[in-house]
Amino acid sequence: MTDQAQLLPGTLDLLILKAVSLGPLHGYGVLLRIGQISGQALLIEQGALYPALFRLVRQGLLKASWGTSENNRRAKFYELTASGRRRLREETEGWNRLAAAIGSALDAQPEEI
Amino acid sequence: MKLTAYLHSVTAKLFRRAELANEMEEELLSHIQHRADDLERSGLARREAERRARIEFGGQEKFKEESYEALGGNFFDTLLQDVRLSVRVLRKSPGFTLAAAGTLALAIGANSVVFGILNALILRPLNVPRAESLWALERGSDKAINHSYPDYRDLRERNRSFEDLAAYNVTSIGLDTGNHPSASWIFEVTGNYFDALDIQPYLGRFFHASDERGPNSAPYIVLTHAFWHTHFQDDRGVVGRLVQLNKHPFTILGVAPPEFRGTLTFLSPDFWVPLVNQEQVEGANVLNDRANRSLLMLMGHLKAGVTPAQAVADLNSIGTQLEKSYPKEDGQMTFSLTRTGLSGDWLGDPLKGFLAGLMLLSLLILLAACANLGSLFAARAADRSREVALRLALGSKRTRILRTLFTEAVMVSLLGGAAGLWGSVVLLHRLSVWQPLPTAPITVPVNPDAKVYLIALLLALASGFLFGAVPVRQVLRTNPYEVVKLGSSVRVGRRITLRDLLLVAQIAICAVLVTSSLVAVRGLVRSLHTTFGFEPRGATLVETALSMAGYSGDSLPVMQKRMIEALETIPGVKSVGLVDRLPLFYGSNGSNVFSDKTSDLRPANAAAEAALYNISPRYFDAAETVVLTGRTFTWHDDKSSPRVAVVNREFAKRLFGSVTNAVGSYYKMPDGARIQAVGVVEDGKYGSLAEDAQPAMFLPVLQSQSAQASLIVRSSRDQEQLVAAIRSKMHDLDPGLPFTLRTWSQELESALFPSRMATLALGVLGLMGAMLSITGIFGMAAYAVSKRMRELGIRVALGGQRKEVLQAALGRAFKLMAWGSAAGLLLGILASRVLAFIVYQATPRDPVVLAGVVLAMALLGLIATWIPAQRALSIDPVKLLREE
Repeated sequence: MTDQAQLLPGTLDLLILKAVSLGPLHGYGVLLRIGQISGQALLIEQGALYPALFRLVRQGLLKASWGTSENNRRAKFYELTASGRRRLREETEGWNRLAAAIGSALDAQPEEI
Repeated sequence: MKLTAYLHSVTAKLFRRAELANEMEEELLSHIQHRADDLERSGLARREAERRARIEFGGQEKFKEESYEALGGNFFDTLLQDVRLSVRVLRKSPGFTLAAAGTLALAIGANSVVFGILNALILRPLNVPRAESLWALERGSDKAINHSYPDYRDLRERNRSFEDLAAYNVTSIGLDTGNHPSASWIFEVTGNYFDALDIQPYLGRFFHASDERGPNSAPYIVLTHAFWHTHFQDDRGVVGRLVQLNKHPFTILGVAPPEFRGTLTFLSPDFWVPLVNQEQVEGANVLNDRANRSLLMLMGHLKAGVTPAQAVADLNSIGTQLEKSYPKEDGQMTFSLTRTGLSGDWLGDPLKGFLAGLMLLSLLILLAACANLGSLFAARAADRSREVALRLALGSKRTRILRTLFTEAVMVSLLGGAAGLWGSVVLLHRLSVWQPLPTAPITVPVNPDAKVYLIALLLALASGFLFGAVPVRQVLRTNPYEVVKLGSSVRVGRRITLRDLLLVAQIAICAVLVTSSLVAVRGLVRSLHTTFGFEPRGATLVETALSMAGYSGDSLPVMQKRMIEALETIPGVKSVGLVDRLPLFYGSNGSNVFSDKTSDLRPANAAAEAALYNISPRYFDAAETVVLTGRTFTWHDDKSSPRVAVVNREFAKRLFGSVTNAVGSYYKMPDGARIQAVGVVEDGKYGSLAEDAQPAMFLPVLQSQSAQASLIVRSSRDQEQLVAAIRSKMHDLDPGLPFTLRTWSQELESALFPSRMATLALGVLGLMGAMLSITGIFGMAAYAVSKRMRELGIRVALGGQRKEVLQAALGRAFKLMAWGSAAGLLLGILASRVLAFIVYQATPRDPVVLAGVVLAMALLGLIATWIPAQRALSIDPVKLLREE
């Protein structure tokens, strides 16, 4: 498990939005989904998920409702709101631009200067 | 969307606290169960799976707390917690809370009362549409607001700056609605008055400029809403009804809206009468006399886009033309503009100055109260240093502790503010319905409005933060380890602390207040014992307005003489005199006078402006005015004999050089008439108590008649019998003549009113200042003694004398007090200069005042330190050292 990458600050919210955008999920489900789509490469402290979820609900990006899980247990399900969807799109674009910029910076070769 | 989500989140947190906590608990549990399900599936036993799931999840409480914070609204949440905590803390020490809130209630109450008055009289405009563009005209360097009717006409017709100019005059009149005539206070107004002010009738119609068609052409009246309500019981049928004014028929045209109470703040008329009917109203028509400046005020709205400066330039150019065309009547025709409500700057300026001064003093009181509470809170914080240290040690942030302290301070200040505001609102409402003077329906409409409430709230909050800030440094410097280790003993340093400075400031403020109130009281006492130039005690006044009973022209002096002769026959009456207008009755009439050699009688050449009184022969006897030399009048000084005058000493000095030169000398009136001075009397007070010696002349009533007349009855007889006798005599003469009876001393109330009010206000503030300094010094001394108990105990045990113990315990308090008093006395002397404008002979350079202040401060110090001193002296070292 030691080869898992630490999350960059601020990226947890983006990952949660992405995970939930693929379909309504409860908290543990969000965790599993992030593991699944990142190929188990990212380390997320389980409890740290919840402050982030509450914050996203407060910001109006997610909405929550109680339902029954696949294990037949009561669980709180989160889904994206319209502004959550918009935020995800913006943040994704921003992330891509940043990643591309940093990538090209790191790829720079001496002869290109 | 975002906002609603936020609000939803915050309200849920504030109002569904328990539900939210359950939900959160359940969600975290659900997470752990799901994880345990997965672990179970991978082959672990259920119990082991659940244990592993819990460990993997991490610190549940920590995440719950973080989730909770993520909900937002933490400010309110913390606030609510702080408020709950401070309520608990404050309720635990009710004495402290009540003392603190009570102190603030007094201070904030004083501030909101003074602000309420300032707001109502100075800041709030008249209740007319577009009040901001309404201005009144002032004339000349002494800012007179009275003008003559011909000047008014010229100004109205020639100016290009005002939409319209209206004028009015205040007078009283006999109104007869079918029963007996009763006196009413009215405004005589120009026909365009209501139109110029843009007022619409509540009922019926108003009169207009088009109704003015020469003298007595508009026998109409318009009622104020209040008068209609009290005298006509809201009867809508009054429109068109005939009433008798001074025995002349007038028609009620309409009723003004309730919010329009006339154009003077202090005096609301009963009704309005057209000025063109002046002869019927006042008994004489002076509207064609350019030198008779009997109009109280000219006013109008500036045209859109015209600045006050442009308007003044416009008026001044007209003034220059008028000075040229009418050199005899019009001098100093320069103008300035002022607000309408306070009848000009001559009243407005001192009032403004005085109220601003009061406001300053009451802010000082508030500051003193804050200093007082600041040191109380600092002492409290010091006593609670153990608690603070413990909280710090347990991981509380310093900002969080400060927040709690501030919340406590603001809670106290809001409590005090609310109580103070409540008291001041009650007081202001009482003031508003109060009629301070018996002679005129003067009211002080100072009902509080939103501004007053807002100011009180702001002051409460500001003072809460102010005194709450005093212990901040103390808390920030607290070192939890030291305090917990050593206990909360405070080292008594020789350094000057913030608390000492606060106390000195507070005592200084208090001394300022005590000084000013003593100066005011001294001034008032002196003005009561000053020479008025007449003797009010033992004189009864009979006030008649003969025009109300239909007397005019030549029938006036005949009736006046008959009244005097009739009253003189009452047994016990020593003398009866008549004067057209009593001295000190709302200012005086005046006229320019010229030296006999002057031939060009323009105002600029006048030798003096002298107060003018028309009197009957025995006036000086009745008034007990001392005649210095020469003779007084007889009934033979009438129209057929040469014109004569009695002048006062100041007049004699200014025109003739000395009293002895005066008798037999001549002077000239503005109309060119030569008058011979035949006697000289002592100086008196004519316009106001605070005035310097003014020249005055007295003319025989038979040579210059007047419809206004006050009879002065000098008698040694019992007042009740005298009043009854006067009533029956007056009834015998003319049963239809309205008159009022009162003593001259009562009458003088109006003259003494301003200084009395000033003294009262300053006295109250001074008393509050004194109370504050007592509590302040007491608090400081008591605290000093209680903190140094151990040291004092050792001193006593080692054989310290009483004097030494006291010096150790209270020396500092006394030293601070002496410094504060000295500073305050100095400031008070400076501040008292302002007072001299209102209170007669208010001078701070008065040994009695200086001694009084020193004595008062020493007494206050003694009272305040008495209990702590007793405590220090009764220390039992054995008991004390054993306990420690």
